Amino acid sequence: MRHGKYPFIVGFLILPVILYVVFVIGPYVQAFQIALTNWKGVSATPQYIGLENFTKLFEDEVFWAAVRHHGVLLLAVPAITIVIALFFSFLLNVAGGSKGGNLRGIWGSKFYRVVYFFPQVLAVAVVGVLFQAVYRPDETGVLNGLLNLVGIDNIGWLVNTDLALWSIIGVIIWQGVGFYVVLFSAGMASIPKDVYEAAALDGAGRFRLFFSITLPLLWDTVQVSWVYLGIAAFDAFALVQVLSVDRGGPDNATTVLPLEIWRNAFTYFKFGYASAMGVALFFMTITFAALTLRVTRREKIEF
Amino acid sequence: MMKTSNRPDASARSRPSQSRRRGHRSPKSDVKVFSNLSHVALAVWALLVILPILWTFLASFKTNTEIFGDPLALPENYGWDAWGRAWEKARIGEYMLNSIIVVFFGTAGTMLLGSMAAYVLARYRFPGNRLIYLMFVSGLTFPIFLALVPLFLIVNNLGLLGTHTGLVLVYIAYSLPFTVFFLAAFFKTLPTSVAEAAMMDGCSHTRTFFQIMLPMAKPGMISITIFNVLGQWNQYLLPIVLLPGNVQDKWVLTQGIANISTNAGYEADWPGLFAALSMAIIPMIVVYVIFQRQIQSGLTSGAIK
Repeated sequence: MRHGKYPFIVGFLILPVILYVVFVIGPYVQAFQIALTNWKGVSATPQYIGLENFTKLFEDEVFWAAVRHHGVLLLAVPAITIVIALFFSFLLNVAGGSKGGNLRGIWGSKFYRVVYFFPQVLAVAVVGVLFQAVYRPDETGVLNGLLNLVGIDNIGWLVNTDLALWSIIGVIIWQGVGFYVVLFSAGMASIPKDVYEAAALDGAGRFRLFFSITLPLLWDTVQVSWVYLGIAAFDAFALVQVLSVDRGGPDNATTVLPLEIWRNAFTYFKFGYASAMGVALFFMTITFAALTLRVTRREKIEF
Repeated sequence: MMKTSNRPDASARSRPSQSRRRGHRSPKSDVKVFSNLSHVALAVWALLVILPILWTFLASFKTNTEIFGDPLALPENYGWDAWGRAWEKARIGEYMLNSIIVVFFGTAGTMLLGSMAAYVLARYRFPGNRLIYLMFVSGLTFPIFLALVPLFLIVNNLGLLGTHTGLVLVYIAYSLPFTVFFLAAFFKTLPTSVAEAAMMDGCSHTRTFFQIMLPMAKPGMISITIFNVLGQWNQYLLPIVLLPGNVQDKWVLTQGIANISTNAGYEADWPGLFAALSMAIIPMIVVYVIFQRQIQSGLTSGAIK
């Protein structure tokens, strides 16, 4: 460590740290400050108004609608995605029957893994536009066209206020399942074969194998996935903004906090109010992450 | 002991016809039923993924009337008119070029600055090391929406609103937390002996990094490059905030596609929209099929760490 360690360290760190402080840390800190002001419009002079934005926020119906939608997303998206992904990855990895006591993956499992993962590389905005055609409310929609074939009437996927959020959840799951299939498959592949063999010799059936061996040994991965999907449930911005009727409609039936933050900031230029929403979102995300990590903590099984 | 445990297996194998006649399912046929059902379930999901994409591609060859007709019919003529219109009139060509420029400089900058910071933080001891590392990593937990308003104001004050430079700098800054986090962990796993030997021979710190450590970190660098390219290519929120409507010639692809979909109704060019959509999707399919192994490991690496 001769040749002047410190000039080198400073030289390597200075640019990344400056960029990061200016564009990331600075804005995060300022957001808390702006949330306490009545800043409206780029050129206006903001004044501190204490917690007024937050009291307004708690009386804002749209805010509560958005919070409720996050609740639905938070329960539905991780649960459904993880169940479907576990199901498919179990089929792909151990449904091929056993040969000499070895459980094999199903025929074509590589093909399925490649196809399932594909939606993950598409931009959410592109997926949103794609599903506008799928969900069209009349018989010209792809989904309604298919359902008409089996005699089901047109369904207003995105125009029916009771259904719209679920239609959007369907797209989130459509896009996400493949990622978790690949993730869980990697986890399942690392479970030693002899664990399965021993259980199979003891007469364990497939369901037993899944619940007594695969799931417990995969628990860490499932837990991480839950946190990931949960944090994603606090986003959903691009999909709702592109896909839903009237951006968050109909009648605020699909709106989410990120969308309201964006709308308040860049349509109404209510910078203070939008930042207050951001602070609320921040605390919700942090609480969720801390709670999940606490609740799902289990003893780690070494293998 | 051996004999008893072997017996059920042996009997099932030796008398399969008998057990089937009696109406019992032999383990083999049970496996078959299960395996067939699995194939059905798996194939259904594969179709769910493929069909919407295939439909979009086919719709780009349809006429407006055909698109608003039977959604399951095939196009009558296959012509590339709509593709030409999307490329020229709907400016998809321009948006794609913008995306390529922004993602190229964004990812190159992220990888350069990210690997430099990660290397120093992972391999050198100095006061403040831990603090700077934690500052970078803390960025992983914050929702970007919290920073949106101040970020917009800062970029505006720097005179970078509506410029590619501004977007590239913001992309780099927001890609740093994960890049630094992942690469620092990667640099820690590399052996110290090679670097020490180089230093003994009089190699400077900077040269050691660029000529010895960076090539050794290639696998990690590839994963994170893929992660960043895809993340920045698919970014939608930052472009719509930082490249507003008055600089449409600067727009990136995701922004352009979303905008065409809002306008398609007024201009009644639905085939154009689907051609534009296909142009956004097909390159991704090609890239994905070629690099699928690296892409899968690159994207899932974040979850495994």
